[in-house]
Amino acid sequence: MALGRIATAVLALAVGACSGEPAKDKAGASVFTVAVDGSSTVFPISEAAGEAFQKEQGGRVRVTVAESGTGGGFKKFCRGETHVQDASRPILAAEMAACAEAGVRYIELPIAFDAISVVVHPSNPVQSITTAELKKIWAPEAQGQIDNWREVNRAFPDLRLSLYGAGTASGTFDYFTEAVNGKAKASRTDYQPTEDDNVTVQGVAGDAGAMGYFGLAYLEQNTSRVRALAVSHGGKPPVAPSAATVEDGSYTPLSRPVFVYVSADALDKAPVAQFVDYYLTNAETLVRGARYVPLPASAYATARERVASRSAGTAFGGKNDIGADIAEVLRRPLVTTAPAP
Amino acid sequence: MTMDATRDFTQRRLRLGERAIEAALFLAAAAAIFITVAIAWTLITESLHFFDTVPLSKFLTDTVWSPLFENPRYGIAPLLCGTLLTTLVGLALAVPVGLMVAIYLSEFASPRARETIKPVLELLAAVPTVIYGYFALTVVTPFLRATILPDLPTFNMLSAGLVIGVLIIPYIASLSEDAMRAVPNALREGSFAMGGTRLETAVNVAFPAAISGIAGALILGMSRAVGETMIVAIAGGQQPNFTIDPTESAATVTAYIAQVAIGDVAAGTIEYYSIFAAGFALLLMTLAFNLLAFWLQRRFREEY
Amino acid sequence: MAATQDAEAPATREIANLPLRNLLDRSFIFWGILATVLGLGVLGALVFDLVADGAPKLNLKFLASFPSSSAAEAGILSAWVGSIFVVLTTALISVPLGVMAGVYLEEYAPRNPITSAIEITVNNLAGVPSIIYGLLALSLFIYGIGQGNALFGQTIFTAGLTLSLLILPTIIITARESVRAVPRGIREAAFAVGATKWQATSHHVLPYATPGIFTGVIIALSRAIGETAPLILVGALTFVAFLPFTGPADVGQTYYDMGGNEAVISQGDMLLSWLPWAPGGQGWLSQSFTVLPIQMFNWTSRPEKEFLENAAAAGVVLLVITLALNGVAIWMRARLRRQIRW
Repeated sequence: MALGRIATAVLALAVGACSGEPAKDKAGASVFTVAVDGSSTVFPISEAAGEAFQKEQGGRVRVTVAESGTGGGFKKFCRGETHVQDASRPILAAEMAACAEAGVRYIELPIAFDAISVVVHPSNPVQSITTAELKKIWAPEAQGQIDNWREVNRAFPDLRLSLYGAGTASGTFDYFTEAVNGKAKASRTDYQPTEDDNVTVQGVAGDAGAMGYFGLAYLEQNTSRVRALAVSHGGKPPVAPSAATVEDGSYTPLSRPVFVYVSADALDKAPVAQFVDYYLTNAETLVRGARYVPLPASAYATARERVASRSAGTAFGGKNDIGADIAEVLRRPLVTTAPAP
Repeated sequence: MTMDATRDFTQRRLRLGERAIEAALFLAAAAAIFITVAIAWTLITESLHFFDTVPLSKFLTDTVWSPLFENPRYGIAPLLCGTLLTTLVGLALAVPVGLMVAIYLSEFASPRARETIKPVLELLAAVPTVIYGYFALTVVTPFLRATILPDLPTFNMLSAGLVIGVLIIPYIASLSEDAMRAVPNALREGSFAMGGTRLETAVNVAFPAAISGIAGALILGMSRAVGETMIVAIAGGQQPNFTIDPTESAATVTAYIAQVAIGDVAAGTIEYYSIFAAGFALLLMTLAFNLLAFWLQRRFREEY
Repeated sequence: MAATQDAEAPATREIANLPLRNLLDRSFIFWGILATVLGLGVLGALVFDLVADGAPKLNLKFLASFPSSSAAEAGILSAWVGSIFVVLTTALISVPLGVMAGVYLEEYAPRNPITSAIEITVNNLAGVPSIIYGLLALSLFIYGIGQGNALFGQTIFTAGLTLSLLILPTIIITARESVRAVPRGIREAAFAVGATKWQATSHHVLPYATPGIFTGVIIALSRAIGETAPLILVGALTFVAFLPFTGPADVGQTYYDMGGNEAVISQGDMLLSWLPWAPGGQGWLSQSFTVLPIQMFNWTSRPEKEFLENAAAAGVVLLVITLALNGVAIWMRARLRRQIRW
């Protein structure tokens, strides 16, 4: 079978006759391609969905999944260049305006829970941290000022602080900065930014005084190389990130829903509709397979209703909602213009 | 038909055909000029949009490069620093090693040894740079950390620079060796006749005679190092840092462009224009080196 | 020794230092070999490390599978096929153009400012960083011509075109050197029997220059296979789990066409997808793609450690292809040098 695939490719290059291959390789130049782009956090889920869907369809449809970052993806989505947008945060006011201007109607589908984990090198004695301390480290005012753990808290070790985190096109960046610093995108700039969370893993794993942040999937894959800090918020006892603490809502404010947005016009095309339907039907399996936390089944049912009724708009009014309860979010009315600040 | 008429007819037809062919060949050669013009025009027009927003003085003097953040700052100096730092580290490795190899191959080694070693050394330049990048990250950095620099961060200019040095050893070694072998033997024999050893001849006669070719080789190696992208993107980090310490992580011009490209490059945004401004700065740097090489070769060329 | 004075003394002193100078001379051989071994040793360490990391994954299944979110299933099929198509496109554009330019510059170009300008330009372009060509492609093709024409978007064609521009100066320089190496006598013999310029060039010079040109082209193409930076800008960084052309398919099967409507595969469709290009965004030149170095780069950004194994295995494949091409070229060049009989 493997040999047959290679032989097909080679023979086709020689423009010769080929043996009968299964329909799987039928992807031809004129085949419809469902274009998915956006968050690198949601990428593993969408990639799994795309792959499984292509297999099921046997080559009748193609799916491409890219990871330009939530911000970058929204730009393409609101220009009509992609059908499905992966997002690790809700659509923002500026993006809502861009979509409205281009006439793109978006259907907001929460798809999973993610926890942003704050990680340090395994040898670092610090076990937990408060959100106030996190703000001290990551706020724009800390630029060039806070570069040692001891400066944050007397009890912390005397280690040089080196920081790794998400890049500015990343929804993780938007959510983290809003949750920690109080304002989305407000952050010190003297850290190692990247859209590629594995770079953060590598950085933190190699540096005794390092701190980084990324999604739960990357934490669970690298428990031997980095360690997560338990986060304490509002005076409550510190909570470590895990699927359990995300599901019961105790890991706040850094647990968040992640989304998939679909263009209502794109849904008029049968392949896109089928893909979205496949995605939502198999969401729980796909999400668990990508090591994220699935939403309750009722949430996916609501999502499918939204698709069926083409209910466009967002429940978040164009900004992040730190620590929102998913059931409550799903009950909110949908808006297509951001309310005046 | 007479012989003359036949010949005139054939010659006229051949002449027209010849002209057409020559024109076609000329157009192909002129493509080089079209490409250069296209590059210059693209970089200049896109950079001009950048300078609509960012004043040139800020671009040249500010010491922080953070164009993608909330309060963006657009000083190119940190990126240029990163580029120069990795290049210098690379040259610090490649120049001594490359020149020693060149002298050895041209003055000491047997022709058989030379024929075997030269091609294998050129293979060093053929390895795709992605692979070099991961070598730097997964082998060189841990090695440095285990031996001489235990506090070395994961991403640093030193590992990236050393691997860039390995990449350009063949450029320096091979081209310098060619330059030295082009020196006429008569010069060497004169030195031997006066009682010089091979080493003394190499250093005092052959090397200076070949200096223009060697300078050209060094500059070519430097250009290659300046333009390198993947090694620094993977192993050097992406945090623009205005520093002269190679054990820190920093970003080069090329790594910044790659970082933005991996994210999103929506046309018309300041981020989009910033990569062209950075690319333009890079191109000017490369051109300056080329001009320097050209001038050095003219100045020091020896006529035998 | 006895009475050596003034003019004699320096000569005696120099000779007296002879043992030291000979020692230095001979010890340099050690340093020279050490330097050489350093370079080769690093190459060896690199290859060893890559193979050690990637060997478990290197099997036929890996070569024949598409990328996947499961590390065990993932393979490099779309990557190496994409690489081949991109390099093929690159060769088809850059080789004719480069050889024609090289022949012109060596055989036809008069000594005038335009020729000097072209020569200086070619030498300068050879030193331009590869990522600049990516910027050119982004502005001129993808956001320029590509906005109206599917062929110039993020496609195999644009990738091949960009890499062609990148290696064109190298090919021109190689072609020039190969043509220059052919002795003048050959041309003059052709003129003596009445050949025109083009006849002399094409029938007499080029055949002798071809092996040298071929060698240089192989080396340039092997560089193109390993290029990553310009192709990131051209958009090769997506999850691509299909091949650019239609494999054998059952005519009569359904699929979804570009408009999203269900359609049936006809013989015409089959033919169209094998073509490089057809109107309406058809043909494999207009397809999105991925290439080996980008797939390798992509896999190292995955959290699962198994993907690093995949990346190393992909690196081994890439390295084998690159080194094999270079090896062939170098061997050909060595054989050429021995064969020359003039």
